[in-house]
Amino acid sequence: MPISKEILDEIALSEKEYQLIVERLGREPTEVELGMFGALWSEHCGYKHSKALLKSFPSRSKRVLVKPGEENAGVVDIGDGLVVVMKIESHNHPSAIEPYQGAATGVGGIVRDIFTMGARPIALLNSLRFGPLSDPRNRYLFGGVVGGIAGYGNCLGIPDIGGEVFFADCYSANPLVNALCLGIAEAKHLVKARAYGEGNLLMLVGADTGRDGLHGASGLASRTFEEERELRSTVQVGNPFLEKLLIEACLELAETDWIAGMQDLGAAGLTSSAVESAARGGGGIEIDVLKVPRREKGMTPYEVMLSESQERMLVVVKKGYQDKVKALFDRWELRSDIIGQVTGDGLARIKEGEKVVSEVPVNLLTSPPIYKRRVRKPDWLERLQTFNVASIPDLPPKKAGSTLLRLLASPNIASKRCVYRQYDHQVGNNTVVLPGNDAGVLRIKGTKKAIALTTDGNTRYCYVNPYLGGVIAVAEAARNLVCSGAQPLAITNCLNFGNPEKDDVYYQLKECISGMARACRELKIPVISGNVSLYNETRGEAVYPTPVVGMVGLIEDVTKHCTSGFKNEGDLVFLLGDNQTIDASIGSSEYLEVHGIIKGNPYIDLGMEKRLQRCCLEAIRRGIINSAHDCSEGGGAVALAESCLSNGLGFVSNDWRIEGRLDTALFGEAQSRIIVSVTPRAAWKLEKLAARWQIGATELGAIGGKRLILKGYIDLSLKQVGEAWWGGLEKLL
Amino acid sequence: MKFGIIVFPGTWSDRDCYYSLKDILRQKVDYIWHKETNLSDCDCIILPGGFSYGDYLRPGAIARFSPIMPSLEHFASQGKLVIGICNGFQILCESGLLPGALLRNDHLEYRCQWVHLKVENSSSPFTYRCRGGQVLKIPISHYEGRYYADDATLAELEANKRVVFRYSTSTGDITDTANPNGSLRNIAGIINKKGNVLGMMPHPERACEPLLGSSDGNLIWESIIANI
Repeated sequence: MPISKEILDEIALSEKEYQLIVERLGREPTEVELGMFGALWSEHCGYKHSKALLKSFPSRSKRVLVKPGEENAGVVDIGDGLVVVMKIESHNHPSAIEPYQGAATGVGGIVRDIFTMGARPIALLNSLRFGPLSDPRNRYLFGGVVGGIAGYGNCLGIPDIGGEVFFADCYSANPLVNALCLGIAEAKHLVKARAYGEGNLLMLVGADTGRDGLHGASGLASRTFEEERELRSTVQVGNPFLEKLLIEACLELAETDWIAGMQDLGAAGLTSSAVESAARGGGGIEIDVLKVPRREKGMTPYEVMLSESQERMLVVVKKGYQDKVKALFDRWELRSDIIGQVTGDGLARIKEGEKVVSEVPVNLLTSPPIYKRRVRKPDWLERLQTFNVASIPDLPPKKAGSTLLRLLASPNIASKRCVYRQYDHQVGNNTVVLPGNDAGVLRIKGTKKAIALTTDGNTRYCYVNPYLGGVIAVAEAARNLVCSGAQPLAITNCLNFGNPEKDDVYYQLKECISGMARACRELKIPVISGNVSLYNETRGEAVYPTPVVGMVGLIEDVTKHCTSGFKNEGDLVFLLGDNQTIDASIGSSEYLEVHGIIKGNPYIDLGMEKRLQRCCLEAIRRGIINSAHDCSEGGGAVALAESCLSNGLGFVSNDWRIEGRLDTALFGEAQSRIIVSVTPRAAWKLEKLAARWQIGATELGAIGGKRLILKGYIDLSLKQVGEAWWGGLEKLL
Repeated sequence: MKFGIIVFPGTWSDRDCYYSLKDILRQKVDYIWHKETNLSDCDCIILPGGFSYGDYLRPGAIARFSPIMPSLEHFASQGKLVIGICNGFQILCESGLLPGALLRNDHLEYRCQWVHLKVENSSSPFTYRCRGGQVLKIPISHYEGRYYADDATLAELEANKRVVFRYSTSTGDITDTANPNGSLRNIAGIINKKGNVLGMMPHPERACEPLLGSSDGNLIWESIIANI
């Protein structure tokens, strides 16, 4: 069969890759086979451009039970016989086309990844990126995405406890929507996504199969596209009610011994679900597409196998237990059908009645070519990194107050309350620290423990310096957890980049991963799961390199958690960590961005970072400090303002002697800094502890009154500060 | 005494009610699937929050046809206690056990946040342990919580002290800014004529522990327990 370039483009295979398939198969593939190869060899399922790079992430620790790629999500032991299951995933392209449904089904997909393992989903987080809200289309995308997350997640009864929203021009045509879900299970009830045991039955449960989402994995997620609006019909539509029934039914099923495995249907639908579980189980599968219940008439085997209709699960039922399993689903008013069985011949055989339409070895489908290239640093990056702060005039002291207000009101820094109050963040009766803090905290019922969760990734840093940006993404996420009193346990990450076939993008991906891996090793935090979303470009414009780090940490005693807001009048405020005012710290900052400059390296000292985190964690555990807040976007002055606003307590500084530049001192974004508060009689303990960890502890001032006063520079009422920060984002909508 | 929690497909605060009653208040409590019809061994029935039937059509509009509903009406007619929370309140209004309706929030957004509730009637079986005018801190989480009824119904509710909770400031002032959803007269919870059926939008089961921010919800549960 001569194959046209159009057909290959549609399924995102190159001519070379097609030749490889013919060679390995010893014949031309059938239409169905080609579709299956296209899906499974796509970047989304096959990781062909990223796999070699992802290997550099450390993935072991004594708590890690399931590593990346082994199952649908990573698993970490938290003691007491309990495990947490965690993964983050992107739904960028569908959200760019149809924001409400794109984001909603993104939540649906990641939630299925968790409960398919027998874990009850107990937390959602979202990391979102949009273009500036001055553009009406970006406001439409923003409203649709937030509405979709709320509409789907709220209906499921899973609390949404945190995340981030960040705005930059590069996301106008390519908004990013990453959803993280964490579940909890008793270790003994974990379910594997493995189709094993010859003669065991494949049962399809949930929604009927329609033509929605065809080519989602190979098309939408694995190539760039020119006219996104034409692709609306490829976006799936979600039904959260059906998903809620699936959650309850599948969790009930997970406690029985009637099944051999369970796997949700996500990207590439039945194809990836069946083939990947067969690959993990080491056997083969046989499916009759005529037995798949359909939503539409006249669907071809190709369409049935590649449909991405939502809310479907594939259950591998032990032979002889099918009636019991069916009865369980019947009780939940869910449709279930036996569509095939597990075989022992290592083949993925797809039939339409008696006619075989595809018969390919499973291991061929799941071993796409792996690409690794040598690329050099782009010249334009070198130019971005060379920035001399002396080229711009320093901030005059009388402008410090208005600059602070401007930064607080900028959408990247302003409170995200108008977003998170649309998400149910308390259902489940576990949420100890609500969204709006450095990390969300959930207690674990039946234990004294709690877990803390955050997502992070400053993409401006990654754009200017992909390596340092990667380092900082990991370090900052860990610092956020530490500020809540948690010991970081594990990472899930989502890597959102442009087209990896371009040298510059590949360089960004490679450097960013290498920076993240370095920080993971230094801070001893393993990566347990993740997702890549490449080809985030439209008309040649790629997004900033956007790694999103989702991190979970453990608090052994929930009563010893910490929050970012100041607590008591009279407490002293200290800056822990890097107290050197270095000019480098202004590079790529929000301060420069507000002035229209995106240049200059960010700065981090990983050794200092490590010591700072240990020091802060010890101070919280020993009950020395009353609040802890990470200095991030907007620097120290912004962090002080945020700590004031949480509980409406003011701050009065000591007499600071600022040597060097004022803008850097107030708004520089040097990493490894935490603002803490302490009762005056415990201050010596903090100073002693900081000395032991060899980090700075600089007394900044004291909590009190209803104003934010940095003597000689800033004197603002909390009302003014609050209006800027609480209202900054809301005003733009 | 024993609590029964009715579970519809799509219900989610069943588990939170169960946890708070069983693990915090040490009460007997059971889940009741919506297809059952026997409520005789329960002393108080809870219609919990969530999205019964996905809130498709209208919140509560499908659940009210569940097989359990005639039994619930019979249970209520005997003067036994029924509390509908959030989606449960919506189901009670749809089924006619309580008057009025819960419309979309006036700002057309889902809203999850802490609110303050002023106890307007402290002699009901659900508020017996509260002081008159006491302000409770309890969270809301809903899209359709704007209480609406015609003028005659509102007048009747007010005249018979059937408005049990109103959204207020932390000091008990009934203001527009304290109203999170545009409910008429800041109404957050009402009882039926007999006083044995309560519907409220806020979630008392989420406010049973200081660790989670408030234990004011316990006043409602303890009132019920003391009344049986």
